[in-house]
Amino acid sequence: MTAAPRTAAPAAVRAPSVDAVTPAPGRSARPCRGRRVLRLVSPVVLLAAWEAAARTGLLPPEKLPAPSEVLRTGWRLAADGTLVVHLLESLQRAAIGLAVGGGLALLLGAVAGLLRIGDDLVDPPVQMARMLPHLGLVPLLIIWVGIGEELKITLVALGSFFPIYFNTYAGIRDIDERLVEAARTCGLGQLARLWHVVLPGALPSLFLGLRLAIGAAWLSLVVGEQVNAQTGIGFLMMEAREFAQTDVVLLGLLVYALLGLLSDLLLRIAERRTLSWRRGLKAT
Amino acid sequence: MATRTEGDLSSVLTAGGVRRSFGAAVVLDGVDLTIAPGEVVALLGGSGSGKSTLLRILAGLDPDAAGTVHRPPHQAVVFQEHRLLPWKRVIDNVALGLTGPDVRARARAALAEVGLPDRDSAWPAELSGGQAQRVAVARALVREPELLLLDEPFGALDALTRLRMQQLFIRLRAQHGFAALLVTHDVDEALLLADRTLVLEGGRLVEDAPVPLTHPRTPDDPGFGALRRRLLDRLGVAA
Repeated sequence: MTAAPRTAAPAAVRAPSVDAVTPAPGRSARPCRGRRVLRLVSPVVLLAAWEAAARTGLLPPEKLPAPSEVLRTGWRLAADGTLVVHLLESLQRAAIGLAVGGGLALLLGAVAGLLRIGDDLVDPPVQMARMLPHLGLVPLLIIWVGIGEELKITLVALGSFFPIYFNTYAGIRDIDERLVEAARTCGLGQLARLWHVVLPGALPSLFLGLRLAIGAAWLSLVVGEQVNAQTGIGFLMMEAREFAQTDVVLLGLLVYALLGLLSDLLLRIAERRTLSWRRGLKAT
Repeated sequence: MATRTEGDLSSVLTAGGVRRSFGAAVVLDGVDLTIAPGEVVALLGGSGSGKSTLLRILAGLDPDAAGTVHRPPHQAVVFQEHRLLPWKRVIDNVALGLTGPDVRARARAALAEVGLPDRDSAWPAELSGGQAQRVAVARALVREPELLLLDEPFGALDALTRLRMQQLFIRLRAQHGFAALLVTHDVDEALLLADRTLVLEGGRLVEDAPVPLTHPRTPDDPGFGALRRRLLDRLGVAA
């Protein structure tokens, strides 16, 4: 026989499952230059067609103003400081919600992943709550916490909780038991094993959870800020709708999209730096 | 299960009445074992005979076993797979859990001893199977163990690499004088490396025989063939 039965199983599952869900860094089939140019053609054509249709009056400006018009509005609102004020407000809500929801998820996910009693007590209710679409909770949350800041932050926290909880849990559970054992034979105590084996082993999953959570946080924010907000990008959009300023509505959408894109990009850079050992894994 | 750590002049490891069952299946049914300082003992047995289970118990990795084990203050384990942490560079893997002064210098010296002086900053994933196993040996060696527990350490390597690793083992043992328990299914390997061979069968040690060959050994030595046939016979393989 080779190894005791209960230690043998989890090993094979580890690496491929993580690799499969993390795209980008080592994508081998990066399109060559010619293809990259080709892939730019259709977006540019669409944008040009939109601009032309708006300018010739084919698209009524109250339905869909020209992209140049949206950019001009963006410039104007950025110049007079309005955009920055609302942007900061939205960012603050996202950050607080993410910190509350993500922190709680990290704690509960670690308790459920590391301790059998934690698994038995924490995981079942979380699994049940997962089935509730958290954006559908808005009416109930309005009754519970009102329509103020608490609502927006609660929504963001709820949205970011589940991806981080599940990926923390899975990241800890997927750690190769044989590595933990090897660390034990090297004289590492429980805390040292957590620090040297469990945490780095779960880190790829944690990053994945954080990326999904940030996506969920923006989505929750979009919905939350449409309920009685006095500030924020969502408020800007709702107010613009009342005055039929379609260009501002579009600008709000653009800002939301850019926020999502930028946060994902930053996180991916952080991930690549932290998980540089996985590049070696791909090189072989 | 009683576990004690102490220095004893006559033995580095004493195990008595070691029992282990998985559900209804009794894998170890009362094993007694003593290893003298500097002695290399090979533990042979068929597949599923409980060799690795016994090694894990001696290594202190199995809290559900019954019996007593007296361990030396320093022992180290080399597994069949290298079990290096993929997120630590080679040098940090070797130095894992080390305390005291010059940890890195000691780790570097151990790497040099296994023939990998310049791979200290490589990631484990960048190493070949043989190199990774050398690092695992260095990780054990740097702890200056009185007893080395090896669980089919060369079993996953190709034939040539395995021969090199066996030579490395002989050299290191001559230099450091550690005792070792070598779990293997390879009769030749046992006869090349060990001072004594044990055969595990039906949960008990059914054979305990010295290897009266002088070093350096090769499979062509007179007497090697007879010992080989006897062991294979004991393992139920017609030779």
